[in-house]
Amino acid sequence: MSIETKDVLRLATIGSVDDGKSTLIGRLLVDTRQLFDDQLDAVAEASERRGVGDLDLSFVTDGLRAEREQGITIDVAYRYAATPTRKFIIADCPGHVQYTRNMATGASTADLALAVVDVATGLKEQTRRHLCIAALLGVRNLVVAVNKMDRVEWSEAAFLAVGDQIAAVSNELGFASCEVIPVSALLGDNVVDRSGASPWYRGRSVLEALEATHASDPSTTAQGARLPIQWVLRQNGGGRTYAGMVNGGTFHVGDKVTLLPAGIETTISALRLGGANRVDAYAGLSADIDLVAETDAGRGDMIASEPLPTVTKEFDATICWFGEKPMTPGQRFRLKHASRSTPARIVQLDGLVDIEHLSVGSNDQLTVNEIGLAKIACADSLVVDEYQVNRATGSFVLIDEVTNATVAAGMIGGPSFL
Amino acid sequence: MASLSTTQTNHLDILESHALFILREVAAECERPVLLFSGGKDSAVLLHLAAKAFAPQQLPFPIMHVDTGQNFDEVLAYRDWAAEHYGARLIIASVQRSIDQGRVADPGPMGSRNRLQSVTLLDAITDNKFDAAFGGARRDEDKARAKERILSFRDSFGQWDPKAQRPELWNLYQGRVNPGEHLRAFPLSDWTELDIWQYIEREEMKLPTIYFAHEREVVFRDGMWLAVGRFVEPQPSESVEAKTVRFRTVGDANCTGAVLSNAATLAEIVTEVSVANVSERGATRADDKFSETAMEDRKREGYF
Repeated sequence: MSIETKDVLRLATIGSVDDGKSTLIGRLLVDTRQLFDDQLDAVAEASERRGVGDLDLSFVTDGLRAEREQGITIDVAYRYAATPTRKFIIADCPGHVQYTRNMATGASTADLALAVVDVATGLKEQTRRHLCIAALLGVRNLVVAVNKMDRVEWSEAAFLAVGDQIAAVSNELGFASCEVIPVSALLGDNVVDRSGASPWYRGRSVLEALEATHASDPSTTAQGARLPIQWVLRQNGGGRTYAGMVNGGTFHVGDKVTLLPAGIETTISALRLGGANRVDAYAGLSADIDLVAETDAGRGDMIASEPLPTVTKEFDATICWFGEKPMTPGQRFRLKHASRSTPARIVQLDGLVDIEHLSVGSNDQLTVNEIGLAKIACADSLVVDEYQVNRATGSFVLIDEVTNATVAAGMIGGPSFL
Repeated sequence: MASLSTTQTNHLDILESHALFILREVAAECERPVLLFSGGKDSAVLLHLAAKAFAPQQLPFPIMHVDTGQNFDEVLAYRDWAAEHYGARLIIASVQRSIDQGRVADPGPMGSRNRLQSVTLLDAITDNKFDAAFGGARRDEDKARAKERILSFRDSFGQWDPKAQRPELWNLYQGRVNPGEHLRAFPLSDWTELDIWQYIEREEMKLPTIYFAHEREVVFRDGMWLAVGRFVEPQPSESVEAKTVRFRTVGDANCTGAVLSNAATLAEIVTEVSVANVSERGATRADDKFSETAMEDRKREGYF
């Protein structure tokens, strides 16, 4: 068989406009030979047509007409790279404040944030804001490329000064790991291979750091396993199988589990993935589960192992607001959490998160791209965990009931850094 | 294969699981989904996954082929086999009918019908009141696709607005639309061409025979090897040659190029794809060579 076994690492690039995020990703893809010749030719042709040099690597990911015309990233571009042991899913995120919803889209599923900082300008407010949003969204690992080192003649002092800024912010935000690397994305130094330009640097290249990072969030692996039921498969002969994606921990055949919100205790009698029997199913797998007890469970219910999640109609949450009109207490929305949707109301707004000072101020509304703390009440019971414990069962979105637009992302509980 | 557990992460299991999740989520949230099926390798994988997602029950939605009338015979044969094999109800939306009804202009026997498909597709979505259409598109195919959400909103004119996409956080796929609007859903978004072939090999799937190396009469035109047949007649200046070729993508017979290849088995194709220097679309598709943003422009109009 020619199939190698790889794991999957999802990463999001963050950083301020013009610090060189897209160029770094372009360089990573070119130097790991992930780009085909015709794609490189197309980048060279587009660079020439727009008069931006021989090969503007940012054109590798800035694929929309408007992005190339304006030279900015509007929405997330997804790119893929693979090494013998790992498949990388790279979300190249936009930098501008007005596209925060797109940056959050890219970071919400990331295991790791790859930040790019211009050594000459240091850590900008935009980057700090993005690091804060990444931390808020539960990204635990941070790799920082201190870019444009060629412009400061590879000054170790300049690198260390920016490194200190980054370390301070990383500490404040509570990242589990933070690796800072001097690079030139333009020239490729320390991107894939370690460079001779920085003899004083003894650490890893960007690619080496990405390969060394643990792929799943270690903070959640010791937690209870959950399977929000998406679909009930009726077996020939009358049995019922519950299908959904496992998150949190691992289920095994024979595990004692509880069906929520009903509270029925039972045991897993069989596990399948795509029709094939297994003895266990880890987070990220779509498992089909047979239970010993006969139940009338359906979509929206949850199978969980200890420690159990909470069944509630009301909770405190952190809200990232994306709506054009402000969010105010009393407003009604449709809330989607795991596989359940329910009408919901903002009961009260408990404050506005100040990203600059990592503090909470008071406010009576949230405007677009602001982050706040709120109390939410739902019409139906939800089965929830704190977001810091489980990203899948601790997250929800708010949907405008008239336009069906997604107007907010919500996380149950407060931010870790407050 | 033994039904052993493996706690080791495997990228094909992760990709398969994510696709099953999206298929089930959209089927649960939307009233009338449809799966777009061209008979190509990506839609073949998509149909295979859909059958897995709902087994042992029947597919809870039909499959639809937008038939340009310029398909390879082998692909049409595969389409009919697959519909029967997976027990799917097949709807055929015909570009020829759109031409006959005057909905689109006839580009002539040698002209490309690629862009016309958007009209046929949108008409069929409206006529059947579909509110979601699964597609096999992958983000690694094209730079505009690389930007698209997994659940991608289409307004009542079928248009994609790349500057105002819905936020799509976590695995919270939000499929609500108003009447007349619809979604495109792309369960294979994060798969690469190599992932597709590795999965086809692992699952021992059947595919149209033209994906495997075979001898065929071809002419060299516009930098591509085109198969001589009903849709490609050699020009006086062109010489017909017999070559061992296979197709890396499957589109209309008059604009899909063959690649010179001896890869006749799935294992050989996996090896060939893993060392390829040219992208599948760059190698084989005239329809993507119009302009820098050909795909974005077509997608805005409602293309797949």
